[in-house]
Amino acid sequence: MMHDKTRRLLLSLVVFAAIGAIWELVSLYSGWSASVFPSPRRTAVGMWELITNGTLLKHSVASLFRVTAGYYLAVIVGLPLGIILGWWKTGQVLFNSVIQFLRPISPLAWIPLAMLWFGIGDKPAIFLIFLSSFFPLLVSTITAVNHINSLYFQVAANFNFTKFETGSKIIFPAILPDILPALRISLGIAWLVVVAAEMIAVKSGLGYLILDSRNALRMDYVMDAMIAIGAIGICLDRIIIQLNKIKSVSWGSV
Amino acid sequence: MGHVVIKDLFKSYIERRATRRMVNSDVNVHKGDRLLVLDRVNLEFQNGELVCILGPSGCGKTTLVRIIAGFESLTSGTVLIDGNPVAGPSSDNIFVFQHNGLLPWMTVWENVCLGLRHMKDKAELATRAQEFVDMVDLTGFEHHYPHQLSGGMQRRAELARALVVNPEVLFMDEPFAGLDFLTRLKMREEVINMHELFHKTVIFITHDIDEALIMADRVVVFSDRPARVRLEFELDFPHPRDFHIDSELEEIRRRVYSELGVHYAL
Repeated sequence: MMHDKTRRLLLSLVVFAAIGAIWELVSLYSGWSASVFPSPRRTAVGMWELITNGTLLKHSVASLFRVTAGYYLAVIVGLPLGIILGWWKTGQVLFNSVIQFLRPISPLAWIPLAMLWFGIGDKPAIFLIFLSSFFPLLVSTITAVNHINSLYFQVAANFNFTKFETGSKIIFPAILPDILPALRISLGIAWLVVVAAEMIAVKSGLGYLILDSRNALRMDYVMDAMIAIGAIGICLDRIIIQLNKIKSVSWGSV
Repeated sequence: MGHVVIKDLFKSYIERRATRRMVNSDVNVHKGDRLLVLDRVNLEFQNGELVCILGPSGCGKTTLVRIIAGFESLTSGTVLIDGNPVAGPSSDNIFVFQHNGLLPWMTVWENVCLGLRHMKDKAELATRAQEFVDMVDLTGFEHHYPHQLSGGMQRRAELARALVVNPEVLFMDEPFAGLDFLTRLKMREEVINMHELFHKTVIFITHDIDEALIMADRVVVFSDRPARVRLEFELDFPHPRDFHIDSELEEIRRRVYSELGVHYAL
């Protein structure tokens, strides 16, 4: 088991090393200038600067804060709303077309309105992240509730469950195995959107770092920010995958 | 108590499927048609009887039992349990489902405790739950999830969950479907023993004629849809029963088989 894990880690590191090598070769022989296509070494030096002077940490924390706030908001609103709409069929009929109508509108299309409504700072960015993860979460929760085996509701009725008990002891645990992938995907989307959201209206975050470095023509910093985004994205995914290990969820994968 | 009276029960429903699955011979059924499922069913089950309901698949046995249990409405007629009309599902009448009705996100223990959750005295609750877990031989498996148990163990856990609330009537809709042959025989024995111990009214749906004859105090045989009572008889034979020894039972068995269209029952 342990051996298998090490092997997998090593193999993926090999691929990363190969990409690095190709990158180095391209930067050496393509003839592009370092300000257009920085070499891995230049990028590494830039990374060291960003880490040591604290810039990278500051911007990462700012981005993570916005993602966390917007994402939590989406979970707190989206899950209960999804459960209610999944359960209350009339409500589902009422709101389904509105949800389907709003869903394909990219969060980025909301940027002008978000800035107008929430001004400058964290708020519009958090709002955009909220929008980006709210709809996927809402829709998958509604679908998950619709797909609950009706047998479980009969068991609930047979044991005289109250509405609240049916919600907390039947619906919520029943949809968890379906919800975890949705939580994972929407966290990924939130992390995608934060970069775009930070290119407007804020003076911090990894998105801002990219924009700012571009204006300063520091393409090595742009690449460093991209590397940081990728690395943090992997970490977030790893963290949320841990939820699958909860014991009362494991039935879903059988 | 657990005295069930069914008087002039009719049940029909409106066909919702445009193209229906082909059951029996009703080819000319169209969307929106009214389909008669139960046709004037009159039955009476005595308190503490183990009743087996036989009939061709799709005939409406399950519908009948779901109506008695309060899961489905009736079209006309009356269903009384201990003199009171059935108003809806209740923990006085527990249903053991055809497929696994245990809640998969709860352990055996949590499932068994479902019906006891209003007990104030938690120590007493634990004692009672443990008593029933032990009774169905699941001691040591309290903290297993249903998917970690075999099919037979799952049924036994569900049986414990049903019995622990001390129901008046126990409904079992083909509870042994999908179990292997030996497990099925053992489960029969288990239900018979349980019935002799508690003397609850048990309404048991099966399509296995031998199963019905071995277990039941009363057997009801239904016709094809719309289901009418075709045959009803009491079986006053002691357990364990054996057709090969008891010629009277063997004679009844032949009659039931022949009634259901099989003439060379072996």
